[in-house]
Amino acid sequence: MTSEHGVGKRQRKIDGLDKATGRTQYADDIALPGMLHAKIKRSTRAHAHILSIDCTKALAIPGVYAVVTGEEMPVKYGVIPWTKDEYPLCVSKVRYIGDAVAAVAAIDEETANQALKAIHVVYEDLPAVFNPGENPDSKVNEKAKVDNITKHVALTFGDVDQALQDSDVVVDNTFVFSNTTHTPIEPHCAIGDYNARGMLTVTSSTQVPHYLHRALAEVLELPENHIRVIQPAVGGAFGGKSEPFDLEFIVAKLSMKTGRPVKCLYTREEVFYAHRGRHPMRMHFRCGASKDGRIKAVKSKIDIDGGAYASFGMITAFYAGQLLTGPVGFDSYAFDATRYYTNKPACGPKRGHGSVQPRFALEVHLDMIAEKLGLDPIELRKRNAVPEGSVTVNGMQVGSLGLAECLDAVANASEWYARKGKLGFGRGLGVASSMYISGTNYPVYPNEMPQCAVQVKVDRSGRVTLFCGASDIGQGSNSVLAYIACEELGVELDDVCVVTSDTDLTPVDLGAYSSRVTLMMGIAAKEACREIRMKVEVASEIPLGPPFSKGERQQAFRAAEAKFGALCATGNYRTTPRGGDYKGGTIGASPAYSCTAHIADVSVDIDTGFIKVNKIWVAHDCGKAINPILAEGQIEGSTYMGAAEVNLEEMVYGDDEVRRGMLVGPSLLDYRIPTSMDTPPIQAMIVEKPDDNGPYGAKEAGEGPLHSTIPAIANAIYDAVGIRLFELPFSPNKVLRALQEKERAH
Amino acid sequence: MLRMQPFTAHYPTTLDDVTALLDAHGASAMICAGGTDVVPNLKHELFAPEHVIHLAHVHGLHGITEHSDKITIGSTTTIDAIASNNLLQTHAPGLCDAASHVAGPQLRRMGTLGGNLCLDTRCLYYNQTYFWREALGFCLKKDGTTCHVTQTGKRCVAASSNDTATMLICLDAKVDLVAKSGLRTLSLIDFYKADGMKNNVLSPGELLLRVHVPKADSTIKRLEGFAKLRHRSSIDYPMLSVGVRFDVDDDLQIKNARATLNALAAKPKVIQTDWLTGIRLDEATINQLADYTYARCTPLTNICDDPDWRKEMVRVYMKRACQNALARLEARA
Ligand SMILES: Cc1cc2nc3c(=O)[nH]c(=O)nc-3n(C[C@H](O)[C@H](O)[C@H](O)COP(=O)(O)OP(=O)(O)OC[C@H]3O[C@@H](n4cnc5c(N)ncnc54)[C@H](O)[C@@H]3O)c2cc1C
Ligand code: SF4
Repeated sequence: MTSEHGVGKRQRKIDGLDKATGRTQYADDIALPGMLHAKIKRSTRAHAHILSIDCTKALAIPGVYAVVTGEEMPVKYGVIPWTKDEYPLCVSKVRYIGDAVAAVAAIDEETANQALKAIHVVYEDLPAVFNPGENPDSKVNEKAKVDNITKHVALTFGDVDQALQDSDVVVDNTFVFSNTTHTPIEPHCAIGDYNARGMLTVTSSTQVPHYLHRALAEVLELPENHIRVIQPAVGGAFGGKSEPFDLEFIVAKLSMKTGRPVKCLYTREEVFYAHRGRHPMRMHFRCGASKDGRIKAVKSKIDIDGGAYASFGMITAFYAGQLLTGPVGFDSYAFDATRYYTNKPACGPKRGHGSVQPRFALEVHLDMIAEKLGLDPIELRKRNAVPEGSVTVNGMQVGSLGLAECLDAVANASEWYARKGKLGFGRGLGVASSMYISGTNYPVYPNEMPQCAVQVKVDRSGRVTLFCGASDIGQGSNSVLAYIACEELGVELDDVCVVTSDTDLTPVDLGAYSSRVTLMMGIAAKEACREIRMKVEVASEIPLGPPFSKGERQQAFRAAEAKFGALCATGNYRTTPRGGDYKGGTIGASPAYSCTAHIADVSVDIDTGFIKVNKIWVAHDCGKAINPILAEGQIEGSTYMGAAEVNLEEMVYGDDEVRRGMLVGPSLLDYRIPTSMDTPPIQAMIVEKPDDNGPYGAKEAGEGPLHSTIPAIANAIYDAVGIRLFELPFSPNKVLRALQEKERAH
Repeated sequence: MLRMQPFTAHYPTTLDDVTALLDAHGASAMICAGGTDVVPNLKHELFAPEHVIHLAHVHGLHGITEHSDKITIGSTTTIDAIASNNLLQTHAPGLCDAASHVAGPQLRRMGTLGGNLCLDTRCLYYNQTYFWREALGFCLKKDGTTCHVTQTGKRCVAASSNDTATMLICLDAKVDLVAKSGLRTLSLIDFYKADGMKNNVLSPGELLLRVHVPKADSTIKRLEGFAKLRHRSSIDYPMLSVGVRFDVDDDLQIKNARATLNALAAKPKVIQTDWLTGIRLDEATINQLADYTYARCTPLTNICDDPDWRKEMVRVYMKRACQNALARLEARA
């Protein structure tokens, strides 16, 4: 099915050379004539009424062109239509330290900064809420109907309590997942350009141009057809740019006020405040199994710390439960998850949205059950594997699922059976597995239109251009479009031009989130290319595709154009209804599910508590690797990111009197992403179990391979030194204390 | 990106020009060598100099030279050059080791020894943006009135965080300071004072010119050891920086010893070591020294939020520094 030069070939990315040689234009590389620079005044209070904002002094500074405050954009937005709960600039009150209060456009950034200091804001403090459930009388966000709750979800499948009672072993623990964030190396940047004809163009480092387009129209009260959104090359996103942000509205509004283009580039600190990273979760899990190793019941209660705004939080509350029912299945299941508002930067979707946290809990519990039953943890997982082509306990239709293949791949590569439990005190191996969605069947806002469309145009020269709204955020989706054109039309990579993520030029794609792009865009691209191919084959009577000389191909294209007119075609991806037949049963429903297994080899320094990951083996079933190099890159990147969350990365909030609610060290010095020295060797292995719903069988690879990294390391620590750690991150002081406690207990 | 406040930049080429500029502008001037500390500090608005004097183009400030009894290092010699210098590898390997633990590779190539020794003290409440410090309500060291670590309005205990100082103090290094008015030489430990606001004795108009590192007496073996506590294996400032030096005879009898800890408070902490003279350097001695040091150190919340764990690390890292020193013996053999 796969050709030499299209799908399945190990080959370069189409934009790799430009990136490596510094030619790629990111948002901040763009400078328009007469452009002004915007800066945002941010709240120094965690929760307060805004009594007044005085901008007169700022406006008097030479070089300051305009100031904007919340009253000028009093329309709420939010990526989920049911939880629109934030303004571009706060109206009447602030909800966290860093919330946007006012913005300035000036001749340069220095002048804009000077103006920010000249803006005088008077606050009246309100009681702040820093932890879920605390202080329910102080309302963080009016959107909360009850207390400070964004969303409460409780779903039960089968008689869990009875099944727990009937279980031969039951494990019961509370797990804590701390706060981590995406840290894309490119900070958010946007340019607004409102012209004399009343047309607004916003260029932004976003991963959701379409949602931004809609939100700009609503908030700025402009018709959608007067707005163009362009997403240039993006320097990393990981979910941190998957909804509209204050700066995008601010540059637009300031451009409307001044008639000049306006740019805003976040500082690194502002990236931390924009956040939308991993939700902290406190998770109580109770799992039961029978003597023969069958998982009979899983029951969880999860408190989610959401921060000041909803973001995708409504979905997060569902994902915390809904995405857990494979690849290891269970007979009965219940979860009860509540997302709370707090006076901190808003959490949102970070790579593996909502499910990385409970996955950690569940996979550690599986390890504990295996130990209690005297079963090998790999064997336990295999015994409970969700069968391919079946339906999970919560009604998710699973297609292909290579759990056993992934487990075997990592077991063989790591010599699991020869080495597990035999590495001596201080060193150990741990295993874990996971499953993830390849897009969701339901768009963020209900509509009947395709989730993705691709247009293809073939030039007489033999050059092929593909147009698609999809967002390449570094993951390589632009290249995937090109590979599919190569596969279907027999052209070479250099003959393909890809035009993406520009609302004036490209058909809509909903955005780079939920690991949806390769599957959905891939099917649309294939459909469009197939139509062209059919025309060319009919007209030229030669089957397209290699081997096919350049000359012959051009001749064929010309013959087709002569017969049918200009060679253009479109392809679409539409989803069909899927999921469980109950309220919320559609959330977590995906066309296809990927599957991952990790084994980690870990050493623990028992004098200091530092853990060192010696190596990670990871196998991921992505159905079909459209380009194995890109798939491996995603598997490695995910694993790296997961490992970072184990012992280094944490958004720490002050708990002393002076720093209450303050992010301690919003910088890349204090928020420690691993350096190359801290990154273990990662052996990424691709497992291909094609799924009927994916293009060429392909499923996702961008988020799934993060999940089981964390529990694999946690389980390896137990194998190494016999301590179970339930609270992430496993920083050395915590590890050392746990070791000392174990010592004392003996 | 954070921006700097405006200032006038000067690029002198001779030492006389530097001292003249320093003399003319006094406290409103700031020296910039590699800039790896100055630039972030300016972006954080911790200093507001009207004049920034760059040392990069000044002749004669840079280089490592051998004398009969010592090695002299010019102040603008980069940390990377020190880490990889053959002469220093032979005569002061502990210093090379400490230098190789400073920051990350790019910063070591920019950062200089003078800048490292004159590094501003560090604190979680201080090395932050203006916005962050404003939200905090500032602190005594800059723009505020209270120290959040000592919870007083009097004393700043921001941490001296330079890794090379730790080792250079163990080696009894001396520094030459120069001003328009002349030159003075101090032992490095006396260069520092226990005041986090400004932890060295440089007066306005004065410049650190060079560092003298004594060579070991040929009748003994000088064993140098360094160990650093940090979260990541690169980039991170020390949470604790430990240096030791043992002059031993062939039977490992200690003739003379030094032990220094850095990153605890404003001044590098010298541990008394007279009692080690005459004792054999072995595992038991190392443990004794580690316990002795542990009992004398009280880490604060200035640069790490868990002082209890950091205190335990004092013992562990003192041992590791000593073991690294002992390992040099094997390396020699
Ligand atoms: C991310 C990061 C991590 C770091 N990690 C470490 C670390 O682990 N360990 C460590 O020790 N350091 C660390 N540093 C600090 C710094 O990089 C080094 O200390 C470096 O050696 C400083 O040298 P410089 O030439 O860049 O100093 P500069 O920034 O140029 O100057 C530093 C200070 O010294 C003054 N100064 C410079 N030269 C002289 C002179 N000749 N006479 C008088 N005053 C002078 C300046 O006015 C300034 O106050 C780190 C820095 C960063 C940004
Ligand atoms: S020790 Fe105190 S005064 Fe000094 S920087 Fe830290 S908080 Fe400020």
